Amino acid sequence: MSEVVKKFLYVNRKAPYGTIYALEALEVVLIGAAFDQDVSMAFLDDGVFQLVKDQNTKEIGVKNFSPTFRALGDYEVTKLYVEAESLAERGLTEDDLQEIVYEDEDDDWAEKPSIRIVSRDEMAAVMADQDVILSF
Amino acid sequence: MSTLHTVNKSPFSTQTLLSCLSHAQDGDAVLMIEDGVYGAAKGTGVADAVAAKAGKVSIYVLQGDMAARGIDAARLIDGISAVDYAGFVRLAAEHDRAQAWL
Repeated sequence: MSEVVKKFLYVNRKAPYGTIYALEALEVVLIGAAFDQDVSMAFLDDGVFQLVKDQNTKEIGVKNFSPTFRALGDYEVTKLYVEAESLAERGLTEDDLQEIVYEDEDDDWAEKPSIRIVSRDEMAAVMADQDVILSF
Repeated sequence: MSTLHTVNKSPFSTQTLLSCLSHAQDGDAVLMIEDGVYGAAKGTGVADAVAAKAGKVSIYVLQGDMAARGIDAARLIDGISAVDYAGFVRLAAEHDRAQAWL
């Protein structure tokens, strides 16, 4: 194993079911989590729709993958950046998103929120801070 | 003579919904399906444009696609009705033609 840890950002800009991008991004994140890198996810533009709570796909006959986001903490993917402006343009607030938490091993396994609402400027800074950016 | 228009793209990622609305004639119907259903919610950047057209054309949204995306009926713009798959078929039969805005 390489001891070099790189910062990876997975950028999500697509709504969850109209295309396969959102599901594929989540699959890649879960696979990539095995490589012990510093992983973050960004949700902006229509990507914020992926995190909306109470999704029920029974009638459209495809898998509801939104509960999988709640498992990311177990894979040490604990930084989910969500752009405030993208939410507002879509009539959404943080309360419309599902709750996603992780257990912080450096803080006696305290439960902490994974979702971090950031401004567009802050999102730009997150992006500029990465080694590798993968877009979906 | 009237047309059923279907819109399947998010109004925040393409101009499809706005183009459809500006081409639909009075008496036509617009049905939002797939990612098009995001155009039916209140409080968004496109809600005013949709509401302004709602009196002239009938606007519908497909229930199953709404539910998949976590949109509750309470969040629909006033004047928009949810329909199920049978309703989709009925709309297709009631109008003279269907135009899919892809």
